[in-house]
Amino acid sequence: MDLAFTPEERAFRDEVRAFIADNYPAELRGKQDEGEELGKEDMLSWHRILYRKGWVAPAWPTEYGGPGWSATQRYIFSEELARADTIPVLPFGINMVGPVIYTFGTPAQKERFLPRILSGDDWWCQGYSEPGAGSDLASLRTRAERVGDHYVVNGQKTWTTLAQHADWGFFLVRTDPAAKPQEGISFLLIDMTSPGVTVRPIITLGGEHEVNEVWLENVKVPVENRIFEENKGWTCAKFLLAHERTGIAGVARSKRGIERLKGIARAELDDTGQPLLANPFFRRKVAELECDLTALEFTELRTLAGEASGKGPGPESSLLKVKGTEIQQRITELVLEAVGQYGAPYFRAFPEGSNESPIGPAHAHRAAPTYFNMRKTSIYGGSNEIQRNIIAKMVLGL
Amino acid sequence: MDFSFTETQGMLRDSLARYLRERYDFDSRQKMLAMPGGRDPAIWKAFAEELGILGAGFPEEHGGLGGGHVDHMVIMEELGRAIAIEPYLDTCIVGGGALLAAGGDHAATLIPGIIAGDVIIAFAWAEPKSRYNPARIETRATADGAGWTLSGHKSVVIAAPYATHVLVTARTGGASGERDGVSLFLVEAGTAGITRRDYPTVDGWMASELFFERANVGPHALLGAEGQAMGLVDELLDRATAATCAEAAGTMRRLHELTLDYAKQRQQFGQPISKFQVIQHRLVDMLMEAEQAVSMAYQATLRLDLRAAERARAVSQAKAKIAKGARFLGQSAIQIHGGIGITNELAAGHYFKRLTMLESRYGDQDHHLARLEAMMMAEAA
Repeated sequence: MDLAFTPEERAFRDEVRAFIADNYPAELRGKQDEGEELGKEDMLSWHRILYRKGWVAPAWPTEYGGPGWSATQRYIFSEELARADTIPVLPFGINMVGPVIYTFGTPAQKERFLPRILSGDDWWCQGYSEPGAGSDLASLRTRAERVGDHYVVNGQKTWTTLAQHADWGFFLVRTDPAAKPQEGISFLLIDMTSPGVTVRPIITLGGEHEVNEVWLENVKVPVENRIFEENKGWTCAKFLLAHERTGIAGVARSKRGIERLKGIARAELDDTGQPLLANPFFRRKVAELECDLTALEFTELRTLAGEASGKGPGPESSLLKVKGTEIQQRITELVLEAVGQYGAPYFRAFPEGSNESPIGPAHAHRAAPTYFNMRKTSIYGGSNEIQRNIIAKMVLGL
Repeated sequence: MDFSFTETQGMLRDSLARYLRERYDFDSRQKMLAMPGGRDPAIWKAFAEELGILGAGFPEEHGGLGGGHVDHMVIMEELGRAIAIEPYLDTCIVGGGALLAAGGDHAATLIPGIIAGDVIIAFAWAEPKSRYNPARIETRATADGAGWTLSGHKSVVIAAPYATHVLVTARTGGASGERDGVSLFLVEAGTAGITRRDYPTVDGWMASELFFERANVGPHALLGAEGQAMGLVDELLDRATAATCAEAAGTMRRLHELTLDYAKQRQQFGQPISKFQVIQHRLVDMLMEAEQAVSMAYQATLRLDLRAAERARAVSQAKAKIAKGARFLGQSAIQIHGGIGITNELAAGHYFKRLTMLESRYGDQDHHLARLEAMMMAEAA
């Protein structure tokens, strides 16, 4: 056992750090510092820079355009991205549908879709959840009927993140209504510009337009856009869920989040006028949170080491999801506590371009909306209750 | 020992609850938030004229119903159930309490106005650096012969955008943090030299930053003795805190009901999610927090007239307990609702937002625990 990086790994870390410092767009940095909403082009700009460098898909095999890094290098890379507080690369193409396509797709599908996922030319969204199928995903009812060389798809999806920007979506649809819930599902790639696709915004508690409803009305989807066998889509879905959960621990981001929290708590004063971070109640909560994060970090490292030695991501990733999201949520709780009364003013009352700046210190503007919004993390990607069921069943054999 | 309500209090609760059910359902509230000014002023007028509740806590010689803290508690709990955005706490409990303490002309002229729904009072006690300590203020009032001149910045003043009067704490002496030298003023909202920045809060209220730039007010604006207001300010804040506890208890009970209803109808894995034990236990834990919140609201309310230290202990215990319970209950409600709980489409999310703000209103859990610990330290010394 050895915690130290090798000289090669240290050199790699320096290379990554220098690249980010030299190439991260100043405009993006400015918008992040100002807390501005990021548009589609903002979100893609960093993706494209990483793509040109060949670093946009660290986990992909080299034959499909991955950099061929070790698990340790991937860890260093994600640490450095978080350390520099870069915007995250959107997961829907790179982390989700991409691995499904290179694992289950035909050569033609790989050739058609993978390069455009890497380059960012196609923006992807995920059509999984339905109004009646959340934690019980396999009860989904969106129907795809085979008519000659295409499917006709009808149904409604929900919680579709950033579908308003999407060129393509990957959808779970029911192709055999007579089969058991998990056996009649297929995995379809749908062109979001197809006639019959309607995207409607859902506004969440902080006022964000992040998620959408997607309505599918007689949408024609060529059979060649089906990944893997008909009625075997659940295999792809399960594979993807496991992939989604690695990295969901969000250790590096949470480290950055705690640094930010400490910065806020140094600037805020407690009831006696000393910095809040020096307040015995508050500093203890931050210390406890740091313990939790260290425990998560080393649990993730052990999982990574297991993966590096050939074990795929298993049910341990459910532990990472539960603890990771609890920590992410706790950070937002403490930020909201730290800003005190200035958590109340609603910053969206002062839209960008208005003559007036929002109320209170800049670090307070999004504290409450972010706290509200982050409640989603223990719900999405398989709720934390479902994750505990998975651990009970798969790890404990109950 | 008697935890029953008087007949008047029962009628007060029933009539307000009925009114809020009929006129203040979720959709109606959403429409009010979208109105110019962010509220429907007709509701407050109806509280005065149709329901006659604004005088509940005022003595009969001022035209009130002669009730007290328990009447306030009953009203606050019902307002909490409806997540109403009406300034009862600010105007009737804090403003009214200050006027009754001051007595004289102020009380005689303004209390009838409050009861009639014409006078609305906002309480400007917090400042950008005060956190939850009302003595950590820098706003200054200097005697200028004909009265007082106020200068300073008061933050997140709830109801200030539509208040007719503002109750303001300001230093006539001493330095920030000192209890001596704090004075209490009642000023008219339109006074020259006061500017406002109005804004909505994340939970649907309207508030203002208030800037006093050499605002001149008359000699009668000073309530009580110069520099000696902290005792009264503490008492007003304790009453406000107890009222907030009652409000939170009402909000918690309602949010628990909404969540229970949802869990019974939401089907996953072929059955209502309320059939899952993990959900059942969470719903039970939520109920326990809601019921303890009600108990703590009673406890604090019934001790508001004890001497200052006992009152403070009762109120801080209640608020510390409720702040923690409110967070647990609110987060659990969202978790059980799942994705739909994160949206603005269901009432549950709005109750969660309100509860989150109530957690820290008039001091968060840390503030009130620290207050209790300071009392313990004094005993140990």
